[in-house]
Formats: sequence, C-alpha cells, structure tokens
Amino acid sequence: MAADNNHIETSQRFAPPATRRDFLGLAATWSAIVAFVMAMLGALRLPMPSVFPESNSRVKLGRPDRFALGSATYFSKLRLWLFRDEAGFKAISSVCTHLGCVAERGVDGQYLCPCHGSKFDEIGAVKGGPAPKGLVWVDLSLSPEGWIVADTLSDVDPKTVLQA
Amino acid sequence: MSNVGGEHQTSHKPLRERSIGDEGALGEFGSNLISTPVALRDSIVRHGKPTSDRAKSQTIFSNFFLHILPVRTHLHAIKATTTLGLGVATFVLFIILCVTGVLLMVYYKPSVDQAYASMLDIMHVVPTGRLIRNVHRWSAHAMVACVMLHMARAFYTAAYKRPRAFNWVIGMGLFVLTLGLSFTGYLLPWDQLAFWAVTIGANIAQSPQELTDALGMTQYFDIGLWQKEVLLGAHQVGQEALIRFYVLHIMVLPVVTAILIGVHFWRIRKDGGLARPSHADASSQEMPALASEPAPLKSYGLMAMMKDKTPAVNREMRHTITTWPNVMYVIGAASMVTVLAMLLLGYFFDAPLTEMANPNVPENPAKAPWYFLGLQELVSYSAFMGGVAIPAIVVLGLALVPYLDREKEDVGLWFSGARGRRVTFVSGLFAAATVIGMLWFTVSFGWLRNWETTAHVPQIVITLFNPGTVLVALFAMWSVATVRFMNSTRMGAIALFTCFVVGFVILTYFATVHRGPNWDFYWSQSDWPVH
Repeated sequence: MAADNNHIETSQRFAPPATRRDFLGLAATWSAIVAFVMAMLGALRLPMPSVFPESNSRVKLGRPDRFALGSATYFSKLRLWLFRDEAGFKAISSVCTHLGCVAERGVDGQYLCPCHGSKFDEIGAVKGGPAPKGLVWVDLSLSPEGWIVADTLSDVDPKTVLQA
Repeated sequence: MSNVGGEHQTSHKPLRERSIGDEGALGEFGSNLISTPVALRDSIVRHGKPTSDRAKSQTIFSNFFLHILPVRTHLHAIKATTTLGLGVATFVLFIILCVTGVLLMVYYKPSVDQAYASMLDIMHVVPTGRLIRNVHRWSAHAMVACVMLHMARAFYTAAYKRPRAFNWVIGMGLFVLTLGLSFTGYLLPWDQLAFWAVTIGANIAQSPQELTDALGMTQYFDIGLWQKEVLLGAHQVGQEALIRFYVLHIMVLPVVTAILIGVHFWRIRKDGGLARPSHADASSQEMPALASEPAPLKSYGLMAMMKDKTPAVNREMRHTITTWPNVMYVIGAASMVTVLAMLLLGYFFDAPLTEMANPNVPENPAKAPWYFLGLQELVSYSAFMGGVAIPAIVVLGLALVPYLDREKEDVGLWFSGARGRRVTFVSGLFAAATVIGMLWFTVSFGWLRNWETTAHVPQIVITLFNPGTVLVALFAMWSVATVRFMNSTRMGAIALFTCFVVGFVILTYFATVHRGPNWDFYWSQSDWPVH
C-alpha cells in the first residue's frame, strides 16, 4: 500500500487530494456565492420600509370638555371609540384582532366582528369567535394645550384611563 | 458531404465578374425582387411542405416554438383520457391572461384615487373593455380550477413517480404562483370586495403573532408583523399596498410563472414524455406502417447518454405518430375549446365590481374568492392554523408525495387500478363524513370558547386544537392507517390526496353557500337578515 501511495504522489498523472489550485478554485467559488447572496440580501432590504405612511400616528381627538360624562364617541377614520366615565377617558380600537376587519359596537356595548364572528365585551375582552386577543386599548395623553391626543400605533394595558 | 466529387452545387449561381452596363445584374435584381416573397418564406421555413415524415419531423424540430415537442408522439399521449387536455388548457389560460392583462394595463391606473375610476372606465367607456376585463377575470378563476384539476389528474395517474418526481414539485410551485397571481390581482379594482379580502389576507400574513404571542417571543421576533409590513409597505391596505400588489401581479409573478412553465414543459420531454402504462407499448394491435425514411439529418451521438441497456431498434417507433399534424390538432382543439369557453363566459357574465373601497366599513360577509373560501372557513377557527400552518402543511405534504411514495408500479393508469379506485371511494366517503360531521358539530355546539368550562382556555389551546386541526389530524391518521392496512405507500398517498380533495370541495361549498353575515350559518342566502 505504502509503495502504491508513493507511486501516486510522485506520478504526474495523479494529483494529491487537494492542491493549491483546488483550494483557490473552491475559495473563488465560495467567495462568488457569498458575494451573490449578500448582494441579494442587500437588494431585498429595499422593500422593507423604514418610514410608514401612518408614522405620524398621534391625533388630536378634541378638548376634554367636548365629551360629556358617560359618553361614547366613535372616530370612524381612526376606527376608535372614546369613552368618558367617572374614572376618566379610555379609548378602544374597533379593529378586530383576528384579521383586521372593523368590529361593530352594539347597543349593549359589546363588539361583533362581521368577518368571522369574533365577539368582545364592553372592555374589549374576547367573548367568542376566533380572535386571539382582546381589542386594543389606545394610548391617550394630554397635549400641552390640554387636548386629548390618541397615539393610534401604541397600545396600553386594558383598563388604563386618562384623567382629565 | 454534397461536395464529394468537388463539383459545384447547381442551385447556387457562381459569383461572376460583372462590368458596368451588364444587363445581367439588373435582370437578376428584377427576378430577385419578384421572387423575394418565396425566398423570404424559404428562409423562415427551411424545409418543404410537411408531406413526408421527414418534413413533418423538421416542422417540429426546426421551429423555435414547437421544438419543445417531440417529433414523434406516443399514441397513448393523445388519448383524451390521458390528460383530459388540462395542461394545455391551463397554459392557454395563462396566455389569455397575459394578453388581456397587457390590454387592461393600457387604461388601468394603480393609484388609490384613480384605480376604481379607471375600472369604471374600462367597464363602461373603453371599447371592448368590459369583455376584456370579464375574460381576464373568468380566465383567472378557470386557471386556478384547471391547475387543481391538472394536479389531480397527475396524482391519480401516478404521474409524479420517478423520473417525474421533481416535475411534480415544480407543478406545486406553479400552483402556489397561480394562487399568488389571483390574490394580487384581486386588490387592483380597489372595490370593497378587493379591499377587505386583501385586508384579511394581509392579516393572515401577520397571524404568526398568534403563536409568537403564546410563546411570549413577539417582542424579540415578530415575523408576523414583518411579513405584513413587507407585503403592504404600511400597517393598513393603502397606496403602498396597491403599488406593491400591482408590481407583483404584472411583473414579478408572471415572469417567474412563465419561467417555471418553461421548465415544467422541458422536463416533460426530458422525463420521457407523458406517463404511460407498460401495456400501452405491449399491445398486439397492428400499428400503421411507417411511410417514412426515418434517417435523421444529424446524429448527435445521444446514444452515449442513454441509460438503458441497448437502443431499441425499430421498437421505439411503434405506437408512435408524427407530432405534426396529429398532436397539433389535439393541442389546437383543447386551445379552441378553452378560448371559446372564456369568450362565452366573458360575453354573457360580468365580472363583479362592488362599490369603491371604504376602509371604515367592512363588507358583511367579506368573502374571499372561491378557491380561498375553504381556507376562510378554517381561518374562522384560528387565523394562524387556517391561514398559514394548514396550507403550508398541505402544500409541503403534496410536494413531498413523490419522495414518500416511491413504490415501483405502473404509471399512467387512473387510480392505479381497481384497488386504488376502492381506496379512493372509501377515503372519499370517510373524508365527506368527517368534514360534514365537524361542520355540523361546530355549527350546532360551537367550540371551546362557547362552553362554560372551557370559555377561558388560553389562545394556544384554541390555536392548536380547533375543528381545522382536528380534520387535518384525522386525515393524516386515515392515510397512515391505509399505508399500514393496504401495505402500500401509493394507497396511503391516494387516501390522503382524496381526503384533501373532498375536504377542499366541501369546505369551499359550505363557506360559499352556508356562511352569511357575521360568518353565521344560514341554509341559503335568502335567509340572510336584511339591514
């Protein structure tokens, strides 16, 4: 065996398993593959937006005195219910957490989604249907001039109220 | 070869010296001018009329558009029951969609403010606009149907078996692309139907949150939100989403689909033509004698690449006919039937166009196109399972069929014979019973959230255990049991595929007919409450 190996290694016709040439060839191939993949990943970064059309998500809802005690006001463009009771203000989004349809608030204060029949109670907790979580409570704050401002992209823990 | 003796070919005039005023050149110019049409034709079609077998072969072989076809085709391939013409019909529908789609692009404006108005223009003002749009819409529906039927044909005739295994996988890719083309096209009219169907679709893309929320990892790894943002370029369906869907619909997906169609066709040739049973070659029927001189013009030495033992002298030719004109007649007939059906549909039935999209008021019920309605029923149990996990399992499971069932058996036989027909029938009964049973149970008694003791189970339980996942589990168990008791992976595959087909059909029917406002159950649309 040893003699055979010697013979192969010294022979001009049979190269040893890896040569400098092989190494360079493999290195070049893999460099090209890595470069191509990185270029593709770089190109695919483009469709991932860094600014969203709704980025300015803070909206003035009105002065606190506009809303009577015990009132429920619907902002249809914001898909948002604003409630005022003794504790203060609270805002619940009517966008269903299942697949994004707009849930309708019935006279009993419960929400019903027309798309797949999800049901939510008065505070937005899931009562039935496929919705995975309760309706979103939207962050409320007071602007320096004393307006109620809703941040439609940031949610707060349910039962958080704004005193004003 | 022709210049063996060094003599000149008489057909080419030797270049001769000319002097000024030589009338010969002018005369030649005149006769060249007169014979230009014939010379032009002969330069395009470089062989004579397809009267001999050799010329017929050349007609196929030397034509760019036809050379994907073999010059001779097995008789089995053109029997109506072999393919039912479904592959050709699907391809023709794709061509119709490309042509009518480009025509519609002339007037369509992918802008939130103008899209709906341009649809109205196309329907009411543009000459032939209504017909072209109708044909485009019905062809899209028909293409989805034909792709599914074509897949069923390939499956039941075992045409996915080696060496055609990978072509089946490419076919699955084309199936997904066809659905993607339909879905992206669905948004473009910018009507209520479009807006809410795509809102639902985009939120299905976001639904992996259902799982990541349950695992408490959404804040580190929110793939659901990421998918929705890439798809819509926003958090709601709007201008960004419209332009993205437009680019996908008219450019990205059609190009990828066209390339894959090319690969799909190419591999049919490379895999030895359409799947045919062994008896198709062994029949004792006398075949018409060949009136041909089968010697090829060139020999490429392909014999060196043959895998089999010896080339079959004078046997390969039996049971075959020239592709020109026999197969061309079959392809032509299937194409004409397809085009005619689409024209009739487009002429007599208008594609739906509801009122303009209103992001504040959802359609009630908001129904997806028919081929997604079965999924929408599953989505009404759990968004993630019905919209992402189960479709992924089905597509992946179907793509893997050729690798999980590698039994060597005859291909090209419907249902693989009597045993397979029995398995198909029994599996169909089983699937129908389970699906109808589950639907009846869910409609009558509800599910976990409707029952006192389980009303507050965590979401992960509902995600993993709902009527949809129960059905999938039952189908999987049924097919494993079939593998076990029939002792055959092919029979297990037939059982699973049949369950999938029957489940799809029943769920689609149920969601189309029996689901009304608030996704409640109604026997018919006339029972729907009036607002």
